[in-house]
Amino acid sequence: MTARYSALTILRQGLTGHKGWPQAWRKARPKPAYDFVIVGGGGHGLATAYYLARTHGRRSVAVIEKGWIGGGNTGRNTTAVRSNYFYPESVALYDLALRLYEGLSRELNFNVMLSQRGILNVAHTPGQMEIAARLANAMQLNGVDAELWGPDEIRKRLPLISQSLDSRYLPNGGVFHPRGGTARHDAVAWGYARAADGLGVDIVENCEVTGFVMQNGACVGVETTLGEIRAGAVGVAVAGHSSRLMAKAGVRLPIHSYTLQAMVSEPTKPCLDTVVLHLGTGTYVSQSDKGEILIGGGLDRVPSYGQRGNPPMQEIILSGLTEMFPAFGQLKLMRQWGGVVDVVPDSSPLIGPAPVPGLYLNCGWGTGGFKAIPAGGVLLAHLLANGSHHEISRPFDLDRFRTGRLIDEAAGSGIAH
Amino acid sequence: MLFPCPFCGPRDETEFHYVGEPKPRPEPAGTVGEADWADYLYVNANPRGPAREIWLHLACMDMFVMTRDTATNAVLGAETPGRAS
Ligand SMILES: Cc1cc2nc3c(=O)[nH]c(=O)nc-3n(C[C@H](O)[C@H](O)[C@H](O)COP(=O)(O)OP(=O)(O)OC[C@H]3O[C@@H](n4cnc5c(N)ncnc54)[C@H](O)[C@@H]3O)c2cc1C
Ligand SMILES: [Zn+2]
Repeated sequence: MTARYSALTILRQGLTGHKGWPQAWRKARPKPAYDFVIVGGGGHGLATAYYLARTHGRRSVAVIEKGWIGGGNTGRNTTAVRSNYFYPESVALYDLALRLYEGLSRELNFNVMLSQRGILNVAHTPGQMEIAARLANAMQLNGVDAELWGPDEIRKRLPLISQSLDSRYLPNGGVFHPRGGTARHDAVAWGYARAADGLGVDIVENCEVTGFVMQNGACVGVETTLGEIRAGAVGVAVAGHSSRLMAKAGVRLPIHSYTLQAMVSEPTKPCLDTVVLHLGTGTYVSQSDKGEILIGGGLDRVPSYGQRGNPPMQEIILSGLTEMFPAFGQLKLMRQWGGVVDVVPDSSPLIGPAPVPGLYLNCGWGTGGFKAIPAGGVLLAHLLANGSHHEISRPFDLDRFRTGRLIDEAAGSGIAH
Repeated sequence: MLFPCPFCGPRDETEFHYVGEPKPRPEPAGTVGEADWADYLYVNANPRGPAREIWLHLACMDMFVMTRDTATNAVLGAETPGRAS
């Protein structure tokens, strides 16, 4: 059983030199068979295992991760969480995630450091203001908190934003989403892993899935670098590697893998207390709890599995940053990195059964799946446990490309992340 | 990175736009079922390693097929697609 974390245990450990902390999760070796095998130890895979055990009481579950848990996009993202989407289907999905995030630290007994400091989309042109008003209206109709701001409110909340009359993108207004904010990415992976492990889930790191065990046209397990593992059903949550892995089961997906990059500056005094997405330049920024300015932007222009990011996009992101906050031009950059994201034509995820019996998918989150981790876990766990969709995941089935019922959030909410 | 436009020669990657994977269009349109049509429109091989891709050079609007390694981002070659006869 996992020891509970509490103020008292911190005090007790403090008095004994922090030498007695127990391991947060076991280093499991794979057993020959499980009821459920989840491929991919990112947030979505770990959350799926947790909800299988917690909600559905299914304890014979393994998560198979080729590297270390959270080492994929979950540990590389810019940690913005929000539910400011346009279509009702998306709002149902992302707001479920945000509501679960709001109770997650308590539920997992692990501080995921959710900070609801709000998210502000800053608009510049009359056209952007109209789109902002449309988004705010859509969010309110869908029951999500949204405020339409004018230039005065923007300047009050963002005193450092570029305001000189000759700046290229003067802030004209925007949409503020108060419940949005950030959470600690590693803590989300570790919190789910520890809680799942406490319920008997095996978390197997440094084990790559290299293929699927097929019987009579159905998937009955996985082949791994640590041998074959049989499973009643297999869930796949491997983000940018979905096309490669699913090709082993003969399944081709509507996905392109791209590099998405991000960077942080040296730490500085608190100067930015919300998350800002600048519609004029596409750059978005927040300040981490350590004081670093965390900067992200658009996808690299080149489809790629190279987990690092190309200089032209870095330049675009940074010029956007100094355009919106000229003062940040004085900061030194500390680190830059990239992750391989799974981009789908309508910028919405793929959740549902794969065309092969026994195989279930959770992927296609592209540039914005960190915020969705609790919901992705609930929905894939539901699919695995019941063999059928939860009503919230139904619209995100692969069949939407055949029926034409796409959920185009790039067009709807106008934001890529 | 420099990309090789068959018409202009080596140019900066920012001048190019990725169009998609080359694939045969299912014909004749009247007999193509929705699953095949969806495959043609949306589904990709998305390989890791050498990949053939259609690119557009925005400066001269020439469309060509470039082979790139999607793991290292190295350019491996470029060809002008055959003209339909
Ligand atoms: C720079 C950047 C910024 C981002 N910013 C945001 C943001 O602000 N807000 C937001 O909501 N989202 C953001 N995202 C997107 C978000 O990070 C992802 O959508 C989300 O983390 C996906 O989670 P996952 O669990 O599906 O994938 P991952 O965390 O990538 O996990 C997949 C795991 O599968 C493993 N794997 C792959 N192949 C195999 C195999 N064959 N066998 C075993 N294991 C395998 C990988 O090693 C990896 O650990 C950002 C992404 C990046 C790269
Ligand atoms: Zn050219």
